[in-house]
Amino acid sequence: MTDSDVKLVYQRPAGFDARTTHYCPGCTHGVAHRLVAEVLEEMGELHNTIGVAPVGCAVFAYNYFSFDFVEAAHGRAPAMATGIKRTLPSKTVFTYQGDGDMASIGMGEIVAAAARGELITAIFINNTNYGMTGGQMAPTTLPGQVTTSSPKGRDVERQGYPIKLAEMLATLDGAAYIARRSLHDARSIRQAKKAIRTAFEAQRQGLGFTMVELLSICPTNWGLNVADSRKWLADHMLPFYPVGDFKVNPAINAAGGN
Amino acid sequence: MPAKGWVEINELYCKACETCITDCPSQVLALDMSRLSPKGYHPAFMLLPEACTACGICAVVCPDAAITIYRGVRPSPKEEK
Repeated sequence: MTDSDVKLVYQRPAGFDARTTHYCPGCTHGVAHRLVAEVLEEMGELHNTIGVAPVGCAVFAYNYFSFDFVEAAHGRAPAMATGIKRTLPSKTVFTYQGDGDMASIGMGEIVAAAARGELITAIFINNTNYGMTGGQMAPTTLPGQVTTSSPKGRDVERQGYPIKLAEMLATLDGAAYIARRSLHDARSIRQAKKAIRTAFEAQRQGLGFTMVELLSICPTNWGLNVADSRKWLADHMLPFYPVGDFKVNPAINAAGGN
Repeated sequence: MPAKGWVEINELYCKACETCITDCPSQVLALDMSRLSPKGYHPAFMLLPEACTACGICAVVCPDAAITIYRGVRPSPKEEK
């Protein structure tokens, strides 16, 4: 046998820097990072991309990508990305935000950016709690879900209902592609990658604001092991947060998107 | 049946989350309880290398991109540099 018979099937993408992440074992932040890196590499955009990091578990995201990254104030990543994209329109610009950053303190920025139809892509990680600060209740926490600040479960009478951000942003005219995907198994992860690709392609075509919401696990704060967390996501989060495309600009389908 | 490929797990990245072990359709992988990685985890390794089909699912689900997958016949240790 010679070396030519050996084929490389998969290796760590060039956009995902060669260093260990600080995420907990099993955290799907790593999967989301990897997918973004893979998509940008396949599109040949690695040297033409600027990411905007949030505040939250992904606050150090700028350490893990090999391309340019900036850090925004809490929740203000879409505003910062707006400025970058308007100044450097040839760049691919994206924000990477968690549910505390985007759906709570940054709700104003994301809604306004989507309504203006800014040519940016938002990667939204929804794990139904504030991971970095210790698993407190977030706007996305499911009804009845126990967190450190809702120890008897989220009571919708007192604490209101969760916000379905993808459905909400899909109502805005400025949005070109709004999708939700899950990261709990291999099939879903492949579909998530396609959605991220579609979002970046739509940005490149200048169609408008794009967002991909990724349902993620948080084993540490949910108090479950990784396998049980993935099952919990499938059993509890998927019925409440259905995956799908909520807004697709007709030009995306015309261009052969998924 | 000989293995159709093999995986290499970077022990610097592996955090022993066991996602690849749960998802491998051929039950190839396991945690190596006899060793510790520099981070203090028991890294995943190929327990049943002959069953690997190089399908790539372990790499798709790995949150730390620790897995490199090759299809073909693995060179014997002597042939490797």
